[in-house]
Amino acid sequence: MTLATEIMDYCVLIAFVVVALCQIMAMTRVIKGPHTGDRILALDTMVINAIGLIVLMGLSQGIRIYFEVSLIIAMLGFLSTVAYARFVLRGDIIE
Amino acid sequence: MTYEIVALYAVSFCLIVGAVFTLVGAIGLLKFNDSMTRLHAPTKVGTIGVGALLLASIIYNGVFLDGAIQEMLIMGFLFVTAPISAHFIAKVNLLRRNCDTPPVLPEGELWATDTVPERDIIVGSQSTPVEKPGSQPAE
Repeated sequence: MTLATEIMDYCVLIAFVVVALCQIMAMTRVIKGPHTGDRILALDTMVINAIGLIVLMGLSQGIRIYFEVSLIIAMLGFLSTVAYARFVLRGDIIE
Repeated sequence: MTYEIVALYAVSFCLIVGAVFTLVGAIGLLKFNDSMTRLHAPTKVGTIGVGALLLASIIYNGVFLDGAIQEMLIMGFLFVTAPISAHFIAKVNLLRRNCDTPPVLPEGELWATDTVPERDIIVGSQSTPVEKPGSQPAE
């Protein structure tokens, strides 16, 4: 039991580090991105990585409320991506 | 007791798989050299990356705590909405001509991004890059 628990703790730590690194890489693409589509894509990826980080936090601390937080963030991220792309496509969000 | 140990190893495996796929998606987002090619990579983050992390959370909460319904909701929502946002970003790339030039169409046909309603068509701007589509107010 103790070995398995220890391995799972290390895996949670590795997943935290990797997802945070990916967040920084997506942020680099937001800054560098030569076109608007790249920036929208990188922001969408950052939202998904944030959902992953919050899920990992809820897994490591065992608090249930974090999953509802990440559900709300998933909805907000999808809506903001669609709104940004629609603004670029049509020049207006709600016509 | 062995049941819980197997569950812990399954959680560890799902966490590692999710971390690896998230890293692959981020590297692809950084290293690819075309907008449409870059669109290909982060879909792995959205499906398998976060999906495996949520699966790990489902297993852990289902074995050690009481149930897991929010994770399934998040997973379903992400899987449903990922193609829609990717479709919109691809339409933005096509509109801005960020990708390779699409092939020439037969006479009298248009790409799907160019089929705007009649009242929004700016005269003479259908075959050239559109700067501000829909900038004319709808009446």
